[in-house]
Amino acid sequence: MAQDPSAPAAVTEQQAIPLVRGVAFGEQEAPRVSQAATRLDVANLHAYYGARPALRDVSLTVWPNSVTAIIGPSGCGKSTFIRCLNRLHEVTPGARVEGRVLLDGDDIYGAGVDPVVVRQRVGMVFQRPNPFPTMSIFDNAVAGLKLAGIRNRELLREVAERSLRRAALWDEVKDKLHAAGGALSGGQQQRLCIARAIAVEPEVVLMDEPASSLDPMSTLKIEELMRELATSFTIVIVTHNMQQAARVSDYTAFLLAGEERVGELIEYGPTARIFTNPRDPRTEQYITGRFG
Amino acid sequence: MTAAPYEPGRVRALLARRRPGFGEPIFRIVVLLAALTVLATIIGLVVTMTVESRRGIAHNGWSFLWTSTWDQVRQVFGALPFVYGTVMTSVTALALAMLVGVGVALFLVELAPAWVARPVGFMVEMLAAIPSVVFGLWGIFILAPWLQQHVELPLHQRLGWLPFFSTYPTTAVGNFAAIVVLAIMVLPTVAAVSRDVIAAVPRSQREAALALGATRWEMMRLGVLPYARSGILGAGILGLARGVGETMAVTMVIGNSPTITLSLFKQGYTMASVIANEFTEATTALYRSTLIEIGLLLLVITLLINVGARLLVWRVTGGQPSGGALQ
Amino acid sequence: MTPALTGADIRGRHLRRRQARDRLMRALLWCSALAAVTPLLLLLMFVVREGLPAFRPSLFTEVPRPLGESGGGVKPAVVGSLIMVGLGTFIGVPIAILAGVYAREYAGSRLATVIRFLIDVLAGVPSITIGLFVYGLLVAPMHTFSGLAGAVALAILIVPTVARVTDEMLALVPRSVREAAYALGVPRWKTIARVVLPSAKVGIATGVVLGVARIAGETAPLLFTALGNRTVSTSLVRPMDALPLRIYVYATGPYRSWHQQAWAASLLLVLLVLGFSLITRLLLRRRAPGPD
Repeated sequence: MAQDPSAPAAVTEQQAIPLVRGVAFGEQEAPRVSQAATRLDVANLHAYYGARPALRDVSLTVWPNSVTAIIGPSGCGKSTFIRCLNRLHEVTPGARVEGRVLLDGDDIYGAGVDPVVVRQRVGMVFQRPNPFPTMSIFDNAVAGLKLAGIRNRELLREVAERSLRRAALWDEVKDKLHAAGGALSGGQQQRLCIARAIAVEPEVVLMDEPASSLDPMSTLKIEELMRELATSFTIVIVTHNMQQAARVSDYTAFLLAGEERVGELIEYGPTARIFTNPRDPRTEQYITGRFG
Repeated sequence: MTAAPYEPGRVRALLARRRPGFGEPIFRIVVLLAALTVLATIIGLVVTMTVESRRGIAHNGWSFLWTSTWDQVRQVFGALPFVYGTVMTSVTALALAMLVGVGVALFLVELAPAWVARPVGFMVEMLAAIPSVVFGLWGIFILAPWLQQHVELPLHQRLGWLPFFSTYPTTAVGNFAAIVVLAIMVLPTVAAVSRDVIAAVPRSQREAALALGATRWEMMRLGVLPYARSGILGAGILGLARGVGETMAVTMVIGNSPTITLSLFKQGYTMASVIANEFTEATTALYRSTLIEIGLLLLVITLLINVGARLLVWRVTGGQPSGGALQ
Repeated sequence: MTPALTGADIRGRHLRRRQARDRLMRALLWCSALAAVTPLLLLLMFVVREGLPAFRPSLFTEVPRPLGESGGGVKPAVVGSLIMVGLGTFIGVPIAILAGVYAREYAGSRLATVIRFLIDVLAGVPSITIGLFVYGLLVAPMHTFSGLAGAVALAILIVPTVARVTDEMLALVPRSVREAAYALGVPRWKTIARVVLPSAKVGIATGVVLGVARIAGETAPLLFTALGNRTVSTSLVRPMDALPLRIYVYATGPYRSWHQQAWAASLLLVLLVLGFSLITRLLLRRRAPGPD
């Protein structure tokens, strides 16, 4: 699968996808004017844990200012995939990545690229809420700034409020900003983690099953939030919940692991088409509920 | 959703301007240096003591290890009484401590209800925390006189034909008191490590024994102890290492007399206690160097014992550090 | 042997014998538990009984009287212990924590095993040989026994305790906490120093308290380093007294008043050790029901 490095998106089908969001929602046809028009081009991505391959040859383009859902049965490498997009996969001992991930054209796996800088540009929200246990709500919200050495109190306060408002948490916590982050409910903790992620103004936000440990009401809130955040960020979400993917995403990628437990990209396209008219029989089998 | 108008760029620009700096390499070097300090201390320990004892090593030769004259006036030194005293007291003490310690470990894991196990476990851990010198104080004034009256005298009267009890216990201090104090001090080590290895025996082993209709004791004997055997051996060796290196309490109750005797009621001496007792009074450089030579010998012995024990315990508990309260 | 025995009889008799043995062994195990706790209780009882009469404020505020005269106190020992334990902790604890960090966070698994092994080896070195080592390292070259040498010996003794606990406590910090920091673009060292270590601080504090309690009671390593001093000295380059040293000297001396003061000083040491152990228990218990 040798490719011309300058044209990673040569995966032809995706080139053909028009830059239209929200077909499934019947919203406007034209792409929005983007503020953070960052796209991610993934080309021939392979991921390994030690000698064991976990992902094989995934290529796709994540379009700017959209929500892209990664779906698939458990063990198909969805989480591994998005952890490759901010170089978090390699943190696991023995884990390794081959292939290219271009963030607005720059390979994040290129020589001399500092993973720390990549992770500033590509934020992440995890499956289980993980606020820093020793920090207050306020400190959690601006942890990324404080840990980077920004001490301007006025700026910190402004950013904290803005991010918490953006994460739809401000009204619930504005009177107890100095309480421990761990004292919030699970749904609130997760929104705190979202606030923390967007406070550093990343270009892309990755979400690894952000609602899987939450109750339905909190899930709904998080889903609304994702749609809203897509106006400023490029969002990639992993979910095992197909309804969720259908509700929130513009594009959907379906991953599946075969006999040897190595995940592969089966199909990628606009969410509406994937769910109404899948081209691969395995996608159809999955969305109609025939595998796990 | 009433989101404030978002003005992207300010924070992003601020963060993008920050350069990684030297934090990472500096931190990495600092922690590496700290780890190397541990290594350097061990190497420094061996090297310094070798250097400081070279005069003694040169003067005393190999026969130092098997001669038993200890005469600082004529400058004739033989370490055998101390080696003998150390080995004799710590091995005997360990035997006593193993008897009780493995029993306590089995009791804590297999038998005791939680409301008993918790305070008993706590008290055994406390025993490990009591300073050695306090054991020594208690040993001199309380334990040794009591043992002399109520254990040593009756033993001598009834079993005096045995070489161990053949001498009349004229003083309270002596080998026997040292052994009992040492056994008490070694007990927490033996009990804690044994408890960890016994607790690490898989439940299936116990259930298999119970399913055959075994009684509780038979379950321990058939399902638990064989599995934990090498770990318990490791516990014993760790206890031995602790006993061999124990200084203050032994120095205070053993009597400090360099004699080689089978009798438990005579006074004795150990490697650690001869150093503690005579080092500050050693007037000549050779005498001092000889005492450091004994220290070096002691160090080598404990290192060998420790390494052996760690290897055994690690094999059982799967490489996790053991012997702490935090598992 | 009566020939009229049936199989059931034999089984019954056999069973009774097995049950009797079971009861016996259980009784023996209870006895061993009793045998294990009795020495502690007796020791505590005598330390309190013998130590209380001389356990007065003057014990800690007065200097020793001339030989044979009764009264006076062990102020030089209290002051010296405070100085040497304090300085030893101050030197040893940072090294120990950083070494623990190296073992858990930086060393690869094989190197970490080596470091842990070295820490265990250092923990097993007899404390008297540490005293000899520091004698050769500091006392002989400086031509004087000194408080500094005593403090260095105690510092070496506290290192293994604290390093081991740090290592174990860092292992308990959930991976999600580290990943949250990485995902914000926080460099690894800052993640460890500002997020992971603070998360483990209670556990590490427990280890420090245990270590301090241990070195406060050490005598052997001070014999040829600090030596002891009958007058109050705060100079680090002169001989210095310490409580355990004073107990040793007084306990092995001929005077009744010395013995009383040795008991009283022991009571202080024991209270200190027991108090510290109780503190660590409470710290650990409070921390136990935390998240993850």
